[in-house]
Amino acid sequence: MPLANTPTSVPVVVDNEKCIADKGCTVCVDVCPLDVLRISDLTNKAYMAYDECWYCLPCQCDCPTAALTVNIPFLLK
Amino acid sequence: MSLDKIVDGLTEVDCDVLVIGGGTAGPMAALKAKMKNPNAKVILLEKANVKRSGAISMGMDGLNNAVIPGHATPEQYTREITIANDGIVNQKAVLKYAEQCYSIIQELDKYGIRFQKNENGDFDVKKVHHLGTYVLPMPNGDTVKKALYRQLRRVQLLISNRYIATRLLQGKDGRVAGAIAVNTRTAEFLIVKAKAVILCMGAAGRLGLPASGYLFGTYENAANSGDGYAMAYHAGAKLANLECFQINPLIKDYNGPACAYVAGPFGAYTVNNEDARFIECDYWSGQMMLEFYNELQSGKGPVYLKLNHLHENTISEIESILHKVERPSRGQFHANRGTDYRGNKIEMHVSEIGFCSGHSASGVFVDEFARTTVPGLYAAGDMASVPHSYMLGAFTNGSIAGQHASDFAKDVDFAAYDPEDIARERERVLAPTRREDGIPPNQIEYKTRRFVNDYLQPPKVPQKYRLAQSRFAEVREDMETGMIARNAHELLRALEASSILDCADMAACSSLFRTESRWGLYHLRTDYPGRDDENWFCHTLLGKTDGRMICEKRAVDPYVVPIDDDEKDIYYRQRIEARA
Ligand SMILES: Cc1cc2nc3c(=O)[nH]c(=O)nc-3n(C[C@H](O)[C@H](O)[C@H](O)COP(=O)(O)OP(=O)(O)OC[C@H]3O[C@@H](n4cnc5c(N)ncnc54)[C@H](O)[C@@H]3O)c2cc1C
Ligand code: SF4
Ligand code: SF4
Repeated sequence: MPLANTPTSVPVVVDNEKCIADKGCTVCVDVCPLDVLRISDLTNKAYMAYDECWYCLPCQCDCPTAALTVNIPFLLK
Repeated sequence: MSLDKIVDGLTEVDCDVLVIGGGTAGPMAALKAKMKNPNAKVILLEKANVKRSGAISMGMDGLNNAVIPGHATPEQYTREITIANDGIVNQKAVLKYAEQCYSIIQELDKYGIRFQKNENGDFDVKKVHHLGTYVLPMPNGDTVKKALYRQLRRVQLLISNRYIATRLLQGKDGRVAGAIAVNTRTAEFLIVKAKAVILCMGAAGRLGLPASGYLFGTYENAANSGDGYAMAYHAGAKLANLECFQINPLIKDYNGPACAYVAGPFGAYTVNNEDARFIECDYWSGQMMLEFYNELQSGKGPVYLKLNHLHENTISEIESILHKVERPSRGQFHANRGTDYRGNKIEMHVSEIGFCSGHSASGVFVDEFARTTVPGLYAAGDMASVPHSYMLGAFTNGSIAGQHASDFAKDVDFAAYDPEDIARERERVLAPTRREDGIPPNQIEYKTRRFVNDYLQPPKVPQKYRLAQSRFAEVREDMETGMIARNAHELLRALEASSILDCADMAACSSLFRTESRWGLYHLRTDYPGRDDENWFCHTLLGKTDGRMICEKRAVDPYVVPIDDDEKDIYYRQRIEARA
């Protein structure tokens, strides 16, 4: 069966002004237990690539510039 | 480079001791294996990143089961866990834990993890269990992972992050020979030859579907998808009492602990919709969960955690623990819902089902040295069968496993395995990447877990269980012939979906085998509502025989700590009867 893309609202929000991924930071991507964060090829900033979050917060706590906020995923909010 | 692009590659390494899973038990096992024999090559392999992986990724509020001289004895603890687990325990392993855990507390203290003391400098242990006093708060519980990681760096341990182990390698003589792992970002293979392997891959926490419907909104760290259970099964190790499910009383929707262990000692408790208490003791046992479930069914639900009678200072103190350490997004959840402990009670609910010995008693069978039934293969933490072991159990039994495995590895050579096994596993793993279209892993997983909820959630009805088995077989057929993974990350989820399905089949098989009810809600069968000690005072061992899933009975070893007849049913007396 062919595949379609279904939109989903993701809990992690990155403030591109504050994110320093373009200077080489990958901290949030490195620590996430579910491995759902990536650095965008387009913007060179961190973003949530997969909606598979345990809302556990290592990404938010370890981010050196407080650029990243984790919200409670919509389905359980 | 496009996202998570699949790379063709295979690397082989070897070591004396391979530890799989770097959450709680794993780092301790690896550390102890290395300390026991500093010349040994020890590898710690982790699906995520050891810095922030596992149940304790953000820290822990306290020790739930500390046996501290002056407060409790190992014998008392062993007696309590035996009773709480309806008699089916390997007491030698529980006693060994109870005897050794205090020295682990002292070691953790040396690593910089502090434990709460009272004004006399004595450990401030709290009573949460039905009989004894075992709960010890950790004021800097948020530093646990960092403290452990420092120790790993100190001994220069070899760490391989972002590899999901998929299968164990077996020697022709039946001994363990190593493991096969796949990089979660490139899909490259890593073959680790090892003389001894320690499985520390946590609970099977992504088995049932949380009420929210969010696949990753589980109680357990959602990285714990039951891979360890599946790998042990396929390697021929026996798994004990899987029908003794893990089910927890949690905050509705948020799915974090409510948390009676933290708030209970401050005076919080569980009530029904009439604001009345209905259970004596908030310690999580099957019987407690049954009372909780009955209350929800009786029309007296919802069930709440009540704190609004407490003093403002007390509530602030509770908040400063519950909203900061273990599950720090909890404060945000309450704020979104407009709940405040001062005014509102917290709605609670029954969690999804899973396997876990950390909280319950479903795990890979191990003896008091953490040995499984496969030579050279060890297991510790939530996935090993030592019941109610929690975090301190993971540390202590991890330590026991690490030391024993280190000694074992000293005396043996590598077991020779069949290279064909690797070729076969490569084909199995990569099959979803070779398809042009098909069913994505999240749909395979969702469907499996929805059937788990529809048919396996207690009370257990055998007709529903048999239906579940046919539905699982259909999903398996679809998974094996039609699942698609378009990149390495989807492949990670595809491999997890396969473990989840294996665990679902194991849950059904072991539950149908035990034709009695035991462990309160965990194994409540509608067709055999009573406990039947005459026929079922034994472990269930599930294993793979000639390619088939088979259950058998295993006698409970004679107790080393005797239980009096008038003690053994104490956990059944949980309900507070309505006063006339
Ligand atoms: C929300 C929560 C609160 C808790 N609160 C308390 C408490 O207050 N006090 C207490 O004593 N106990 C508490 N517990 C229980 C305690 O945390 C666990 O019993 C203990 O941490 C389990 O340790 P573990 O090593 O078995 O599993 P984990 O620490 O979960 O580690 C398992 C590791 O295995 C890795 N892994 C999984 N599959 C693979 C694979 N295929 N390949 C490689 N790696 C893999 C995972 O990424 C993970 O890092 C709590 C548990 C939870 C979930
Ligand atoms: S940790 Fe913070 S600064 Fe670094 S990449 Fe992530 S969001 Fe950007
Ligand atoms: S909250 Fe946890 S799971 Fe979610 S993105 Fe951050 S680290 Fe990953």
